[in-house]
Amino acid sequence: MLCDICGKVVATVHLTEIIDDQMAELHLCENCARAKSMEMEQQFGLADLLAGLSNMGGQVETEGMAGLKCPACGLTYENFKKIGRLGCSECYWSFKSYLNPLLKKIHGSNQHIGKSPINKPQESIRLQAIKTKISPLQELRNQLRLAIQKEEFEKAAELRDKIKELEKKGET
Amino acid sequence: MGSIRPEVSGLIEMQLNDLLKQTSEWLKSSGPNSEIVISSRIRLARNLDKVPFPHWANKKQGEWTTEMIYKAVSEDEYLKKSIYLKLSDLDAIDKQFLVERHLMSHEHALKPDNKAIVISEEEIVSIMINEEDHLRMQVMKSGFDLSEAWNIINNIDTSLSAKLPFAFSKELGYLTACPTNAGTGMRGSVMLHLPALVMTKQINKVLAAIAKLSFTTRGLYGEGTQAAGNFFQISNQVSLGQNEEEIIENIKGIIRQIIEQENMARNALTQNNRQILEDRIYRASGILKSAYIINSAETIEMLSMLRLGQDLGIIKSIDRRLINELFILTQPAHLQKIEGKRLNAQERDVKRAALIRSRIGNIG
Ligand SMILES: [Zn+2]
Ligand SMILES: [Zn+2]
Repeated sequence: MLCDICGKVVATVHLTEIIDDQMAELHLCENCARAKSMEMEQQFGLADLLAGLSNMGGQVETEGMAGLKCPACGLTYENFKKIGRLGCSECYWSFKSYLNPLLKKIHGSNQHIGKSPINKPQESIRLQAIKTKISPLQELRNQLRLAIQKEEFEKAAELRDKIKELEKKGET
Repeated sequence: MGSIRPEVSGLIEMQLNDLLKQTSEWLKSSGPNSEIVISSRIRLARNLDKVPFPHWANKKQGEWTTEMIYKAVSEDEYLKKSIYLKLSDLDAIDKQFLVERHLMSHEHALKPDNKAIVISEEEIVSIMINEEDHLRMQVMKSGFDLSEAWNIINNIDTSLSAKLPFAFSKELGYLTACPTNAGTGMRGSVMLHLPALVMTKQINKVLAAIAKLSFTTRGLYGEGTQAAGNFFQISNQVSLGQNEEEIIENIKGIIRQIIEQENMARNALTQNNRQILEDRIYRASGILKSAYIINSAETIEMLSMLRLGQDLGIIKSIDRRLINELFILTQPAHLQKIEGKRLNAQERDVKRAALIRSRIGNIG
């Protein structure tokens, strides 16, 4: 579905607006939604949600995310930000450090307490498989993002330098 | 339709015509609080472990998913007698027909690739295959009855979870294509008819309060994005960090308050503005009984007033279930199914008026 305002970009934000007792559904792309959210105040929590989907660490974060890709399905974190959908269930592990704060923003929690299926996928095996696929560089990038989130800018600068060094050496 | 084998299209037509003859579960107006609550719905989103989500899957993966789910469903005790339809076998009117009956989403009708739908007997359960998630299962009950809807869907889900490898983690629960559905994968929705809150201009206040508590409201019916008929659907937004029963209790709590507000507004209207109220209701009844051309927006507005009149005992001769049925039978695809042919908008307006007159024209 394309954005209702610009008609060019895929809509990833869906909201209901009320004007004079009439309700309208709006399907917006991120950019148009951000513009819209400024006029809509914060009553839908939309600004929060968008802040979670993008702009978490501005420029630096984008750099840290470069190349972050789900090894199981090939979806990149950039893809996710653009389309608002993950590629497969493994994406939850591949993008864990980004998704956990996002889930917290959306739901106020990142711990499931509801029912479980009879057939449970073997989590321990999966976690290990994913862990071995994360390179030191990726790990540093994750740490950088966390530091920015916690506003620990000194630490972030240090991590950033380390990342640059590694990148120079051509490690991935 | 073109490429479909004739015996398949014949079967589909038969199956859909059977649906046309019965009243959708959610329109029966038999459940609790059915003067204000039209229906209760619980939807669960489920995916197959490690298989790309529908939007990210290739053709092969999509086909495989559909087959795997179809196999599990056809072996299921509860779902054995269901109708199974591939979206690529349906024409535009068929798809719209299923959307109007609330058996599937509008999105499910858009791109047919590897999409399918399972509809149980009496239309209580429907399962969309390869919508946003691999499975979107829903149960609809008439009236204010979320707990019963949950009981039914919970059993089906548990039984399917023994046959299908659902994507699940202890920490994050059921893993869904969009993180907004992760955790329980559950969305509970209640459809309300709130004419008195709209007439007394209190609806904005009520909806703003709901939004603050992280519930979403959608309008229902109406063409395009405009809501009509004073129908509102309230759903939970949070699906992670609360268990299913808690989510249901939270929705119930908020719905009870809205019911109370609507009842207060109805009392205020009958006590302070009785003449205005009766005028609007009798005018609506007059238009519905005598119009020869009526569009779907006006029909919904008028039926909403008629329903309010019935709820308040002002209209005594027309029963609520008949009014409910008219809401759906007068929708564009339903009219075309009843007539058995394509109709343009003008033709539909004429047929719509005739259908309404034939059902309520001669009553009191
Ligand atoms: Zn846009
Ligand atoms: Zn993935």
